[in-house]
Amino acid sequence: MTALPFPAMRPGDGRLIWGMALALALALWLWGQTLLPMAFDYPTTWQIPAARWIGAAITWLVKDASLGPVAFSDVTRAVAALVDKPYQLALGLLANGVQEQTGGVMVQHVPPISWVAVIGMMAALGHWAGGLRLALLMAACFAFIAVFGQWRSAMVTLASILVAVPLGVAGGLLFGTLAWRHPWFERALRPLLDLMQTMPVFAYLVPILILFGFGPTAAVIATLIYATPPMTRITTLALSRVPEEAHDLARMVGCTKRQTLWRVLIPSAREALMVGVNQVIMLSLNMVIIASMIGAGGLGFDVLNALRRLDFGAGLEAGLAIVALAIALDRLSQAVAHRGAVPGRKGPLIRRHPYVTAAAVLVVTTFIIGLLIPAVQTYPDAARLSTSPFWAAAVQWINITFFDTLEAVKTFFLVWLLVPVKRFMLGLPWLAVVLLLGVAGWRLGGGRLALLTSGLSFLIAATGQWEKAMITVYLCGISTLIAMAIGVPIGIAVAMRERLWTVTRAVIDTAQTLPSFVYLMPIVMLFRVGDFTAMIAVVAYAIAPAIRYTVLGLQSVDPRLIEAGRAMGCTPWQILTRIRLRLALPEILLGLNQTIMFALSMLVITALVGTRDLGQDVYIALTKANPGNGLVAGLAIAFIAIIADRLLSAAARRARAQLGLEGAA
Amino acid sequence: MTPGPDTLICRNVWKVFGARAAEHLAAAGQDAGRLAALGLVPAVRAVDLTVRRGEIFVIMGLSGSGKSTLVRCLSRLIEPTAGEILFNGQNLLTASDAEMTQIRRHRMGMVFQHFALLPHMTVLDNVAFPLEVQGMPRPAREARAEEMITLVGLSGREHAYPRQLSGGQQQRVGIARSLAAEPELWFLDEPFSALDPLIRRELQGEFMRLQSRLHKTIVFITHDFDEAIRLADRIAIMKDGAVVQVGTPQDLVLNPATDYVREFTRAVPKAKVVRLASLVTPGPVPEGMPCLPARATVAEAGPSFLSGAAHVGVTEDGGAIGTVARDDVIRLLLGGEA
Repeated sequence: MTALPFPAMRPGDGRLIWGMALALALALWLWGQTLLPMAFDYPTTWQIPAARWIGAAITWLVKDASLGPVAFSDVTRAVAALVDKPYQLALGLLANGVQEQTGGVMVQHVPPISWVAVIGMMAALGHWAGGLRLALLMAACFAFIAVFGQWRSAMVTLASILVAVPLGVAGGLLFGTLAWRHPWFERALRPLLDLMQTMPVFAYLVPILILFGFGPTAAVIATLIYATPPMTRITTLALSRVPEEAHDLARMVGCTKRQTLWRVLIPSAREALMVGVNQVIMLSLNMVIIASMIGAGGLGFDVLNALRRLDFGAGLEAGLAIVALAIALDRLSQAVAHRGAVPGRKGPLIRRHPYVTAAAVLVVTTFIIGLLIPAVQTYPDAARLSTSPFWAAAVQWINITFFDTLEAVKTFFLVWLLVPVKRFMLGLPWLAVVLLLGVAGWRLGGGRLALLTSGLSFLIAATGQWEKAMITVYLCGISTLIAMAIGVPIGIAVAMRERLWTVTRAVIDTAQTLPSFVYLMPIVMLFRVGDFTAMIAVVAYAIAPAIRYTVLGLQSVDPRLIEAGRAMGCTPWQILTRIRLRLALPEILLGLNQTIMFALSMLVITALVGTRDLGQDVYIALTKANPGNGLVAGLAIAFIAIIADRLLSAAARRARAQLGLEGAA
Repeated sequence: MTPGPDTLICRNVWKVFGARAAEHLAAAGQDAGRLAALGLVPAVRAVDLTVRRGEIFVIMGLSGSGKSTLVRCLSRLIEPTAGEILFNGQNLLTASDAEMTQIRRHRMGMVFQHFALLPHMTVLDNVAFPLEVQGMPRPAREARAEEMITLVGLSGREHAYPRQLSGGQQQRVGIARSLAAEPELWFLDEPFSALDPLIRRELQGEFMRLQSRLHKTIVFITHDFDEAIRLADRIAIMKDGAVVQVGTPQDLVLNPATDYVREFTRAVPKAKVVRLASLVTPGPVPEGMPCLPARATVAEAGPSFLSGAAHVGVTEDGGAIGTVARDDVIRLLLGGEA
C-alpha cells in the first residue's frame, strides 16, 4: 500500500479518489486493529532513534569537532564574545554602571545613565524621528515603566534588545543579499528559514544552552536565531523589487558592485527594509520571556517568575512594561522608516548635531544632579505605583464567588468536547492519517506536496511521537476551530464599520504585543492546570489573526463588484454571503493558516501548565538539558506546522485561481 | 546642421532571449522564425544602424518592438547575442567589464522613462551621483552639479528631495544627472512618456534648446510618432525586433517603405515635416522676397504665403539657393506628389 496515488488520474476524478481514500482509512480504523496492528502502533524495532543521534551529534560538536586546529568550541566562544562585549557595554550604560566586586560586595564606581536622562533621550529620539507626538509617546512609555517600578528590569531587557537588533538586522541583510545574488544560496536557505520560523523556540534553546552556556549571551543568540529569518526574507524580497531602472542607472553611471548595492539598491529598498527592522525589534521582544529561561534577566525573568509564583499582578505589570517597550520601539522604528532624510545643518559641531548635543548635556547634568539628589539618578521607591494587590484580590474574589460556575463550565467542555475528540484522535491509525494527508496534498498541490505531507507525517510516526503529536493536533485543532468560530464573525461584524474596526485593530495589535505568557496567568488561576486551560489560552492568543485576515479579505473585495451586486438588487445579506465572503475566501484561508501557526506556538508555552503533548516533551527536555529529545519533539511540531501551512496555502492558491484573482495577489 | 562622422555603428546586432541563445542563433542561421519555433524570443533582429556625431537619432516603435532592448544593447546593459557595436571605432562587445565601466562613466549618459532618481538623495546629490561614483571630490562635483541644475532650470531646488518634485521636474533632474559627466553619447529611453501632454511638450522644447547648445550625439527612444517627427534628425522605425526603415522625418512621410510605416505617417500633416529644401527651384532670389532657411518646414513658410507672396526665397548657410512656389506647396498639401 502506498500513500502516493497514481499520478495518471485526472483532477476530475476528485470525488472518486477521496471516496476511495476515506473508505480505505475507515476500513483500517475498523478492522486494522486485528488485521494490521502496525497501522496503529508503529513497530518499535523500526523506529528511527533520531533523538539519540541528535544528542550524540551535539555532544560530538561540543567535545570533539574541529576544523583543522580550530575546535568548534572555539567558534562558539568567539561568537559568544562578539555578542557579550557590546551587551556588557549596553548593560553597563543602562542598568549597572561601572561596578566591581570586592570581597563579595558589589561596589558601584559610576552609576548608569539616570532614568531622567534615558526618558529625555528617548523623547529626543522620538522628536527627531517623528516630531512632538512621538516624543510624548516615547516619554510616556518610559515614564510608565519607571512609575510601575520596572525600570531596572526594563533596562536589562533594553540592553539585550539593543544588542540583538543591530546584529539581527546585519545578519538578515547579509544572508538576504547573498540569497538575492545567488539563487543556489536562496534555494539552500529557504527550507532552513521555513524550519526556523515554524520550530518552537524551546526546541533550540537546549542546543544553545549546551553550546553557549546559561546566561544573557545564550539568550541573545536564541533571540537572533528567532528574529533573523524574517529580516533575511524581507531583504531578498525588497532587493528583488527594486525597479529595473535603478539597476540600469547603477550600471550606466559605472557603479562598482559595492557601490551598486550600498549606494543604489539598499537605499532604494529602504522602506521595505525598515519593515524588516521593525519585525526584528518586535520578534526580539517576543523572545524576551522565553529567552529568560536560559538566562536573560530583565522583564522576561520577572514575568516567568511571577508565573511560577502565580502572582498575576506582578506578571501583568512586568508584561505591560514589555508592551510599553514594544509600543515605543515599534512606533519609533516606523517613524524612522517614513522619515525622509533632512538636509544636514551647516555650522559648528554643536549646531550640526543638536540632538546628540542635547542628549550629552542631559546625561552629564543629570549625572551631576544625581550625585546630590538620588531621586534624579534612580526612580524613588516611595513614588512607585503598584496594582499588584488589586489584581490578586480581583482574581481571588472571582475564584471564591464563581468557583462552582467555573468548574461547571470546565467540566462541560472536558466531558462533551475535549475528551471525546482526544479519544477519537488517539484512536486513529497513523497509517490512515498519513494516507489521507498524502491524498489531500496531492489533490491540492500535486505530487511534490503529497510527498511532503505524507513524508513528514510518516517521520513523526517513525520517530515514535505519534501519540503526543495527535494530542498536539487535537488541542491545536479544537482551539483553532473555536478561534475561527469567534474570530470570523467578529471580523465580519467590524469589517464594514470603519470606527469599530479602528478600535478592534488597536485591541488586537496590543493583544499581539502582549507576551503570550501573560494570557496564561489569569486562566491558570481561574481554571488551574490542564487541557481546558491550555485551550482557552490558545484561543485567546490565536483569535487575533482570525479577525485580522477576515477583515482584510472582506475589505479587499473589489468595490465595483459590490456595486454591481447592489445594482442587481441584492440584499445586504446576499451581498455578504454571495459576494463578499466568496471573494474573501482565499484571505480567510490564509487567516486560518495564521491562526494555526499562532495556536501551535502558544501550545508549546501552555506546556508550562501541564498538557501532555509535544510541547511538554520540549519543555521537559529543556529542564533536563536533553538536546536530542527537545529537538526531535520540536521538529515534530515544526512538521505539523509545515503540513498545515502547505496544505492551506495550496488551498488558498487554488481558491484564488478559481476566482481569477491570481494576478492581483 | 551638418552631419558629422559616424559615432555609433551597429552591425547585424541580435538579442535572443532563452537558454543557450547564442548556439541556437548560430545553428538557426539567424532565422527568426526558426528561433521562435525553438521557444526562443528574438527581441532584436539583425539591426544595422549608423548614428552620426551630433545628430538626434530617434528609435521609434510600439511596445514590444524591441526598442528598449536595442538601446540597452547599445550600452551593453543587456548583452547582445551576436553582432558588432562600434563606438568611435571600438567594438563595445569585445570590451572588458572594466573598460565598459570606464566608457559608461565618462562617455555615455542615460535618461530613464521613470526617472530612476534615488529617493534618499537631494536633487544636488542625485545630479552629482555619477561624479561621486567616479570618485570626484565633493566641492568639484557639487560645483558641476550646480551648473547642470541651472542648465535644466531647477536652480533653487538643489536641496529638495525627488518626492517633493513634480514629474516634469523629476525628469529635469534625470536629464541634469545624465549630463553631469559630460558624455558624448546621450541615451534617452522614452524620457517623456510618463509625463502629462502639456509637460511633455514643454520638456521637448527644453530638450531641443539643450541640444542646440550641447550638440551631443543622441539616441532617443519613443513610442510616440509625433514626438519622433518633432525631435528627430533621423528616425529608425522598429517592428518585431527589426528596423523597418531609417530616414529623416520627411523621407518617412513622403516615401514610407512599408504599409506599417505608412500607417504611422498617414495622420502626420505634411506641412510640418516637409522642408523647403525639398521643394526648392534653384535660381536667383529677387530683391525684397521674404526668405527662409532651407531647414524650415513648409508650415513655417505658411505666414509668408498667406500674406500674399507667390514665391519665397530659400537660403542655406547665409546664401540664397532658390525659390519655392506657392503652387508647389498647395499641390503637396492637397495630396499630390512632392
